[in-house]
Amino acid sequence: MAKPLIDLQTWFDIQQLYADYASAVDSRQWDLWPEFFTEQCVYKLQPRENFERGFPLCTLSFTSKGMLKDRAYGIQETLFHDPYYQRHVVGAPMVLRVEDGRIHTEANYAVFRTKLDKESTVFNVGRYIDTIVQTPEGFKFAERLCVYDSEMIPNSIIYPI
Amino acid sequence: MQEHPIHWETAGTSRVPFALYANPDNHKKEMDRFFYKAHWSYVGLEAEIPKPGDFKRTVIGERSVILTRSQDGQIHVVENVCAHRGMAFCRERHGNKKELVCPYHQWSYALDGQLQGVPFRRGVRQDGKVNGGMPADFDPKDHGLNSLKVATRGGVVFASFDHAVESLEDFMGPTILRYFDRLFNGRKLTILGYNRQRIPGNWKLMQENIKDPYHPGLLHTWFVTFGLWRADNKSELRMDEHHRHAAMISTRGSAGQAAGDKAQVTQVSSFKASMQLNDPSFLDIVPEPWWQLGDQMPTAVMMTLFPSVIFQQQVNSVSTRHIQPDGHGAFDFVWTHFGFEDDTPEMTERRLRQSNLFGPAGFVSADDGEVIEFSQQAFESKPEHHMLVELGGRDVGETDHMVTETLIRGMYAYWRKVMED
Repeated sequence: MAKPLIDLQTWFDIQQLYADYASAVDSRQWDLWPEFFTEQCVYKLQPRENFERGFPLCTLSFTSKGMLKDRAYGIQETLFHDPYYQRHVVGAPMVLRVEDGRIHTEANYAVFRTKLDKESTVFNVGRYIDTIVQTPEGFKFAERLCVYDSEMIPNSIIYPI
Repeated sequence: MQEHPIHWETAGTSRVPFALYANPDNHKKEMDRFFYKAHWSYVGLEAEIPKPGDFKRTVIGERSVILTRSQDGQIHVVENVCAHRGMAFCRERHGNKKELVCPYHQWSYALDGQLQGVPFRRGVRQDGKVNGGMPADFDPKDHGLNSLKVATRGGVVFASFDHAVESLEDFMGPTILRYFDRLFNGRKLTILGYNRQRIPGNWKLMQENIKDPYHPGLLHTWFVTFGLWRADNKSELRMDEHHRHAAMISTRGSAGQAAGDKAQVTQVSSFKASMQLNDPSFLDIVPEPWWQLGDQMPTAVMMTLFPSVIFQQQVNSVSTRHIQPDGHGAFDFVWTHFGFEDDTPEMTERRLRQSNLFGPAGFVSADDGEVIEFSQQAFESKPEHHMLVELGGRDVGETDHMVTETLIRGMYAYWRKVMED
């Protein structure tokens, strides 16, 4: 077996980062979400067809932590929507490569949506393509690209994937 | 007998019956009269099929069609129904092909829809005799794919099942054509990408949404705060002579961000006058020369082309929004964001950044889909009721303000003319 790209402690920390992120975006405490990112981060939610065909359009495309904070504010204060629970189930991350301390990982995810008084449905399915960096506050996402197979969005996406 | 008969309370259209959105028979009649007869429907942009052999599968009304570019560069729209057994054979959403082949019995068609090959047409020779085959009078010329009438203008492709339809220009009429030509002024378009959403509401509600200047400043507080869409912006509402198409034209006030007295334009307590962006680059708006129209420089022009499409200019974000009905209670809504070939990389970035405001997760349009869903719920449960569309009066006419629902009344005046004929 090839030598692992990262040591056991780093692997543990990355697992923890993924688990903490999923827990945060399912908690309805939207202000937690931007804190998983670096200041100059990239967060994109992109349909798979655009990703694979090289079209740059994203469903959401944020290029700073400030934009994520603006989104969190929008969710809470300006975007009218039917409230729903969401539940992320995230697969084990694959470590693809490590370059200059930047750890490139990927993981499959499925998000279930449960509207009040309604059954739970599969809402958004795809994979995270991530770049993780070490910071004084621990590992953070420098980039998180959510490429989703569920190209036909069931009406709207309000909360972070 | 119809399950929910449609009854208009008045001779006008200021009271719209809920049954209009909840009646399956009515829906079928709408598909026939608006999407399959006498109207042009949007199918795509020429830039989506730049090379010979390129195709894109899409929809007119509820019928699957294929937009193709044949080897001679011509654009065609053919129905995705094999002439043999009717199979909707084209399954890819886009690609490049030399011919269209139905896998069921390998009937093959040229990209313009002409039938080219029929396996075993002349039978199969076995032991000195010919078995089977098509009848002697079978002529491939009579059995091509259904080929639609096509019109293109400014890089936008329209098609019609009705070969007797008026010209695209007459269909739009001079008023709407002027705004169409402003956006699609001949420059080559570049495709930035797609967003798709399924909205569980009647398709007409999306036309109404973009004919309703009452809601943006109230539902979308984000818009008002940053001056993008306000009831006191300089604005106009324009229609074609049939009142089926419309344009809402708005110019962002020099006041910019709402504050103090300016915030009063909404007259609602939920308004977030103090909202500040952490990252103002969402609103890095740069005026473009093509915005100029006469002595005006509109920052937003929202065009509704009845029945199938919306053309959006909101500051630097430009897109087409394709309405694809699926039964009376739902439609798919496909957004194609584009730019222009002479855009600088910075302008492309700007268009992409501003696209965060729009689409199925957009700061100001995710909630449009939500309100449509909840309107539809009431229409289904109370089809004998009606809605009230009386802001700005009960009549139909163009205005130089946004405090009116006249465009919706206009659309239903046209609807009644066509559907009650």
